[in-house]
Amino acid sequence: MDMSSKNSSKPKAIGVVGMGSFGTAIANILAEKNQVIAFVRRTDLVDEINQQHTVDGQTIHANIRATQDPAHICENCDVLFFMVASSGFQAVIRSFAPYLYPYHMIIHGTKGLCLSLPEGKSLEQLPKIKRENILTMSEVILKETVVVRVGCLAGPNLARELMLGHPAATVIASPYNEVILEGQRLLRSEKFQVYGNSDIIGVELSGVLKNIIAIAAGALAGMGLGENAKGLLVSRGMVEMAYLGNALGGSIKSFIGLAGIGDLVTTCNSTLSRNYTVGYRLAQGESLTEIEQTMQETAEGINTIKVMKAFLEGKGNMRAPITENLYKVLFEDLKIEEALQYLMKYPFSVDVDFL
Amino acid sequence: METEYIKHKYEPILPLKDEWPVVRLSKNRKDFVKKVAESSKKAILEITNGQVDLLKEELETTLYREKQRIKQNPWDVDPEDDYDFWNDVKSALVQISADTTLSKAEKKEQYISILDKITNRYAEEIASNFVHSHYKLTRRIVTFGFGRLLNAARVKGFKSLFSNQYSLQDKIQIVGATDEIRELASKGTIVMVPTHFSNLDSILIGWIISVLGLPPFIYGAGLNLFNIQIFAYFMNALGAYKVDRRKKNLLYLETLKTYSSEAIQYGAHSLFFPGGTRSRSGMIESKLKMGLLSTAIEAQRMNYQKGLTDVGGKVFIVPVTINYHFVLEAPSLIQEYLTITGQERYYRETDEFSTSYKISKFLVKFFTKGSDISVSIGKAMDIMGNYVDNEGNSYDKNGRIINTQDYFTYNGKVNVDQQREEEYTKRLADRIVEEFHKNNRVFSSHLVAFTAFQMIKAENRKLDLFNLLRLPEEEIELDYELFKQRCEEVLKKILELKSEGKVNTAPHLMQEMDALIAHGLDNVGMYHAKRPLIRNQAGNIVTQDMNLLYFYHNRLHGYELEKLF
Repeated sequence: MDMSSKNSSKPKAIGVVGMGSFGTAIANILAEKNQVIAFVRRTDLVDEINQQHTVDGQTIHANIRATQDPAHICENCDVLFFMVASSGFQAVIRSFAPYLYPYHMIIHGTKGLCLSLPEGKSLEQLPKIKRENILTMSEVILKETVVVRVGCLAGPNLARELMLGHPAATVIASPYNEVILEGQRLLRSEKFQVYGNSDIIGVELSGVLKNIIAIAAGALAGMGLGENAKGLLVSRGMVEMAYLGNALGGSIKSFIGLAGIGDLVTTCNSTLSRNYTVGYRLAQGESLTEIEQTMQETAEGINTIKVMKAFLEGKGNMRAPITENLYKVLFEDLKIEEALQYLMKYPFSVDVDFL
Repeated sequence: METEYIKHKYEPILPLKDEWPVVRLSKNRKDFVKKVAESSKKAILEITNGQVDLLKEELETTLYREKQRIKQNPWDVDPEDDYDFWNDVKSALVQISADTTLSKAEKKEQYISILDKITNRYAEEIASNFVHSHYKLTRRIVTFGFGRLLNAARVKGFKSLFSNQYSLQDKIQIVGATDEIRELASKGTIVMVPTHFSNLDSILIGWIISVLGLPPFIYGAGLNLFNIQIFAYFMNALGAYKVDRRKKNLLYLETLKTYSSEAIQYGAHSLFFPGGTRSRSGMIESKLKMGLLSTAIEAQRMNYQKGLTDVGGKVFIVPVTINYHFVLEAPSLIQEYLTITGQERYYRETDEFSTSYKISKFLVKFFTKGSDISVSIGKAMDIMGNYVDNEGNSYDKNGRIINTQDYFTYNGKVNVDQQREEEYTKRLADRIVEEFHKNNRVFSSHLVAFTAFQMIKAENRKLDLFNLLRLPEEEIELDYELFKQRCEEVLKKILELKSEGKVNTAPHLMQEMDALIAHGLDNVGMYHAKRPLIRNQAGNIVTQDMNLLYFYHNRLHGYELEKLF
């Protein structure tokens, strides 16, 4: 605990937990200004990073060192970026909890939701859930650790483009100004713009809910429909995100920001993303089981649709036509063409009614 | 949570009154007031960012509002020179802006000197007048006087006046973490945050503090209470400082907050009613006032900045839940609540506590008839809502000791970040509300009121709250057997919540249901002219006052028990 005060003269290294493609891209940006300690699970990757300065063959900044030890990274860093997949997020956070103290700041870049259900219950047994059963990643951090100064990183940030050094921007969201300022100080460069937002829940949900729309975008492309249809989807998807997100405690403003509409447009056009691929293959006539067999990791959007469906059931009086119809396509054998037809007949009367 | 009543009186933790922080504070009153005024001045200069125009604007706004107050809402307690003082401020302000020969720096200096005068006046006005001999006398009156009354009522015959069969502690039940608060009060500084339903609360808490052997706490009492002589005496005796709710200007609010913060840093144990005022609806407070609460956090951070890192500089938050069967002011409180929520056409501004006579009458009633009060002392927390042990160490959810100072550090150093502390205040408020609900002790009267109201509501599903409350009382009658069955369901759920640590119950809840209902009906709002619940001749449950029934029912709001109906 006292360690931090002794070393205050020398700037501390910045921690990055998880060196997937996005984690590596962020570590690279951070390493331009600071020493970076990266946490990875695989021993061979630790050696590769420390000896060759590469991740799976791709060159990374020389300021990045790797470790497998949560205690080491927590001791040497005050600021940690958690960039792990949502499926493993809770487990990783738990393994870090014993080494985290209230002076730490955590900024995460994970787009997903966790469930907090009564003990022994699963989503299959509970068709209706409430807001308190759903945790965003920042809520997981607050629940599992003693850290309170938490932020999230979201926006149109395709790792591939960041690695190439193309210009891009991101949003740091946190109720704490100091977290936003710290994130800006660490990340901002000529090629990387960093915006701030105090509505962390809204920004997290933007990143999560847009995955649903990304599946729909893939489906439209898979059916060979053109740009008009995509424009329609992006705009109606936006409305649905705003409604769902608002019901979950996000501010509508955040959904029309960089992490909302900005990320939505990028994702709906990014043909390589997992969510888009799921939609595309569904439209080609494959079933969910077939698709999942050949994908290494589940697309986040599928889980999100399941959770949102249960939330809508619990809410009772709320409609989210895109989510509900995708649910039927994924889990109830509704044909995708029929779903589309249903959507076209849906009585949307007002263009924008949420502002 | 323990349910054992604390019946014995504790030894004082600081036997010598000179060691009491509040006595030290009153001895150094002059210096302390000066310090508060000075710090407030600095804080306001910081808020106005050194800009003369902004400062001028604040001074003018303050002057305007103060003149309005003097004209429209004067009180007996207001100082006699009120009018003259603000008139002087006015002419001084006019003079500065008219004087063209002054340089900008000179103007600024003059504005600051006006600011200085105002903060000094406010600090002086707010500061408490603790007098130890008054405190001793008050304590004796409360315990002795009340004790006599109590015994006169319960023990028959002339000798009763000298009987010691019943003490106040039979009437007022104290439960919870009493040893912990004593331990911590001798090591660090306590900020006690009770629920607030009745004007009686301040005296009650004052008495509890003395029974627990703690030195007097300082607390902010509404200046309106000082209008009533009997209260003014008690308040001063208990170390109260004055909070004038008519004054909403920045200068006053800053001075008030500074007073509280400086007093906590001084080591004076403090008492806030975090809901601000009495709960109008009868619900446990769920929205707390951030102003005073933030001073606890500020004081803690300041102590860390001063290098007071051991337990001596630590601030402990102790939530206290007070439960009544009967709240004297209930009729006017609920009336006000309904008016504020907008649906009642009129509202009577009668306050049952408006005269000394009425209060004495209530006290006699209270002590001569049986109506118990329970006070639950909650577990102590640090200012971030982490539980602490008797040594003052904070623990995280996994039982690891953590250092509270770490919440205020950035880059290894404690730093000032107002925005951060605002967020921390919200967190603390949420934690206190959570603890209130956990420590709340369900009484028989709450159970019957809640069940009856929900049954009436369920029978009239189409009506909104206000139409429901306007139902003619004579048309409402609940079948006793059905009522009993519903009470059992609610009780079962309450006991379930209790086993999960989400609420607590009074021991009298553990009796056979007919007796329990009878106990509840006898006690719920027992001294009101119109009773919220009684049994009629057919043995069924009826109400004489829906608003009051709603008020007492609200005590169990926030546990999702309404889902049973």
